[in-house]
Amino acid sequence: MVISEKRKKLLTWLGAVLLLVLSWLLPASGLLNPYVVQILMYLGINMILTLSLNLVNGYMGEFSVGHAGFMGIGAYAASIITVWFLPRAWAFWTFPAVLVAGGLAAAVAGLVVAFPSFRTRGDYLAIVTLAFNMIVKSVLENLEVVGGPRGFLGMPRLTNLFWVAAWVLITVMVLRRLVYSNFGRGITAIREDEVAANLTGVDTRRVKLYAFLVSAFFAGVAGGLFAHLLQFINPRSFSILKSTDMLVMVYLGGVGSLTGSLLGATIFTLLMEVLRPLGLWRWVVGPLLLVLLMIFRPQGIMGFKEWKWFKERAVSSEQ
Amino acid sequence: MLQILGQNILNALQLGSVYALIALGYTMVYGILTLINFAHGDIFMVGAYLSLAAAAFLLGLHLGLPAVVVFVGAMCFSMVLTALLGVTIERLAYRPLRQAPRVSAVITALGVGLFLENFTLGLLGPEPRHFPTLISVGAWEIAGLTITPLQILIILGAAVLMVLLDLLVGHTLLGMAMRAISYNRQIVPLMGVPVDRVISLTFAIGSAIAAAGGLMYGLAYPVLDPYMGVRIGWWAFIAAVVGGIGNIRGAMLGGFILGAVEIFTPMILPSSTYRDFVAFSLLLLLLVFKPTGLLGRPIFERV
Amino acid sequence: MGSPSAPRANPRFAPTKNNFENELVFKVIMPLLEITNLSHNFGGLCALTKFSLEVKAGELVGLIGPNGAGKTTIFNLITGVFKVHEGVIKFQGQDITHWRSHRISSRGIARTFQNIRLFKELSVLDNVRLGAYARHAYSLLDAVGRSRNFRREEERQRQRAEALLARFNLSRYAGAPARNLPYGEQRRVEMARALISEPRLLLLDEPAAGMNQSETQELIRLILEIKEEFSLTIILIEHQMRVVQNLCQWVKVLDFGETIASGPPREIQQHPKVLAAYLGQDGALVEEEMENSASRSVIVGQ
Repeated sequence: MVISEKRKKLLTWLGAVLLLVLSWLLPASGLLNPYVVQILMYLGINMILTLSLNLVNGYMGEFSVGHAGFMGIGAYAASIITVWFLPRAWAFWTFPAVLVAGGLAAAVAGLVVAFPSFRTRGDYLAIVTLAFNMIVKSVLENLEVVGGPRGFLGMPRLTNLFWVAAWVLITVMVLRRLVYSNFGRGITAIREDEVAANLTGVDTRRVKLYAFLVSAFFAGVAGGLFAHLLQFINPRSFSILKSTDMLVMVYLGGVGSLTGSLLGATIFTLLMEVLRPLGLWRWVVGPLLLVLLMIFRPQGIMGFKEWKWFKERAVSSEQ
Repeated sequence: MLQILGQNILNALQLGSVYALIALGYTMVYGILTLINFAHGDIFMVGAYLSLAAAAFLLGLHLGLPAVVVFVGAMCFSMVLTALLGVTIERLAYRPLRQAPRVSAVITALGVGLFLENFTLGLLGPEPRHFPTLISVGAWEIAGLTITPLQILIILGAAVLMVLLDLLVGHTLLGMAMRAISYNRQIVPLMGVPVDRVISLTFAIGSAIAAAGGLMYGLAYPVLDPYMGVRIGWWAFIAAVVGGIGNIRGAMLGGFILGAVEIFTPMILPSSTYRDFVAFSLLLLLLVFKPTGLLGRPIFERV
Repeated sequence: MGSPSAPRANPRFAPTKNNFENELVFKVIMPLLEITNLSHNFGGLCALTKFSLEVKAGELVGLIGPNGAGKTTIFNLITGVFKVHEGVIKFQGQDITHWRSHRISSRGIARTFQNIRLFKELSVLDNVRLGAYARHAYSLLDAVGRSRNFRREEERQRQRAEALLARFNLSRYAGAPARNLPYGEQRRVEMARALISEPRLLLLDEPAAGMNQSETQELIRLILEIKEEFSLTIILIEHQMRVVQNLCQWVKVLDFGETIASGPPREIQQHPKVLAAYLGQDGALVEEEMENSASRSVIVGQ
């Protein structure tokens, strides 16, 4: 079935609105049991994280292993704003702005990784991101004002399914628009051949900067949502283990694919939920999955492929 | 004051020896495969647990075995088994990826490391285990410094291993093959070098040395837990990078530098919890300003 | 042997009036590209020693020399792939010695590669559009907000890319990943990618590598065509004397990083140093090649 561009656009907006309405009504009406709602919220947060990491690891072909650092900065920044600076009565209304602030804080931290990425790449950049993750965790553990290793608490439970759904939609929309633009093509060109990209006129440094900023921003937003869902955060939540979970989701779903990110986050989140009875052994599954994926399908389920709906319109000369 | 300094230098040497032993494994694998073997820290952890198991078993026999026998027994047992583990990991996880993009291999290494860690966690639980005391001879007082036989054993033992490895790489046929492979892996098989076997041996040697490091660590700091591989392993990894990853002497140098960082951080900064911050900041700055490490060679990108 | 066809007017790529006047000025007064005393070494190994070159607008200059003579190094230095430590490169009177590649590219120097370097997984259309990266006049916010400016620019650049694909007979491949194309087509995509940035100077690095005789003739014709059509100045690296012979007005010969001869192609091939360099390398084969080109040189001239 061929759908015209206009109709596709209309249907997409309708679908988004429907999703938002449902995400508001279903939990409020009590039709969904709270446990399911909880899982859906974690799923949404994981989707945002996966999409954000995929921009750097999948589209740009760089290798960040420290994304939990950005998430942590977003989580702490948002929580601090909510707890220290905002009256309780306002909290509900200012929540979106708080999340954006958390995202911006993470984006600023993204500079720490973006600048080294101008000069180093591959393994070395991986180590830089890893060091970044470790430094963030270590700084948080040493900051007594935010509770040090014991963590930070006092946030009201502001995250609900509606906000999570809204941010998933925003992330997908922004990333889709970015990917199918001059900048997105620049990002993928860096993955394919950085030197050639620079030679054909792509300002590779600026493009890398943009990619890291956008990626860090959404990881930070996800951190804010996470903090206001759990109402308690500590530095250990943002360790390299969390980063590895994100890697599993990206490489499971598919690198360089928005659809893949959503799929990867869904499969992984549900799998971990199903495996809960295994107790400690559950944590063996993620790493094992990662290794098997790398050996047998390194690009993931949807690697470099996209669901038709997310694609750019077809080449006009073919129409 | 001078005594405190001397004592700390001695402590730094002891800790640095352990870091250096582990760093060697990172650097050997990187040298030959240009792969950051993120699992190496966890291989070290497994080595430490295997030493613990062997030592506990030998002591549990109640034969009144002398400490030296238990030490050597535990060392041999854990070195052999850990070497096997290293070879198995290479065979199952890394070899299929030798032609794949490097990022795939690095991610696999990360996955293997976490697997080992979480597997140990599942098997033994999160509670720390205590390493039995093998050498309980009292300390000597020399020039105001307290020196234990254990310290001597660790520093000397590590030095012997490092010298042996340096000789192996520099002066034997196997070492020549290793260097040849690290120089050009495509050409070397044409000259009759059994590449797969040399790579397996590299993993075996690196893992065995890490196991020796595990035993020494267990003797000096007798508490083992499944996360020690991450904690100690990352530090050793930084040591390897600081020295110039791929460079064996660099790894030794890096090990001692990191030992010094860890020992001297609490003397300068308010709390020992800053040590991670210091070490990783060091790593970050080094990567940005001197990405080849202290003794590493520059790497050109071909156009 | 095809003589260059009459330049086809292509309004989209015709130089603007302003450009045209500039070109006149440069033709008369100063060289388009001026390289002075360029040297480069790799870890102590001299790849290029005191290389100088002047190219006037509209010229077609050839760089030849045996393997490892430093030809590609010159391109890499001009386009900012390697850092210049010694020497000066001026383009249209402006010192571009230490510029980064993308700036040099948007200033008007485009190049192709000896071993084709396309963005393999990307579509042919995207490859060409990337050549026009710097021409997309919109910001990140425009892109995320899908502003009117974004849509207009995107449409404009897309049409330019599609027009170029049509010009190079590549339209039917537009949506295909570049890696799926046959070799010759990939070369043409690379050329389209270079041309969409509207370069004044085009650097071609062994464009005939891996081509047979008839393909090479085809290529020579194409190069002459685009030279007129896009009013280009071209520097050509070549291995085969024949190609240089037929195309270039001026040739420089390099060996071991040093310029050993320079002049019109017909003089060059008699030059004793040139003969020595080629004979020293790969005797009989090159000799034959030289003879070959000598017999052809009569037919073609610009």
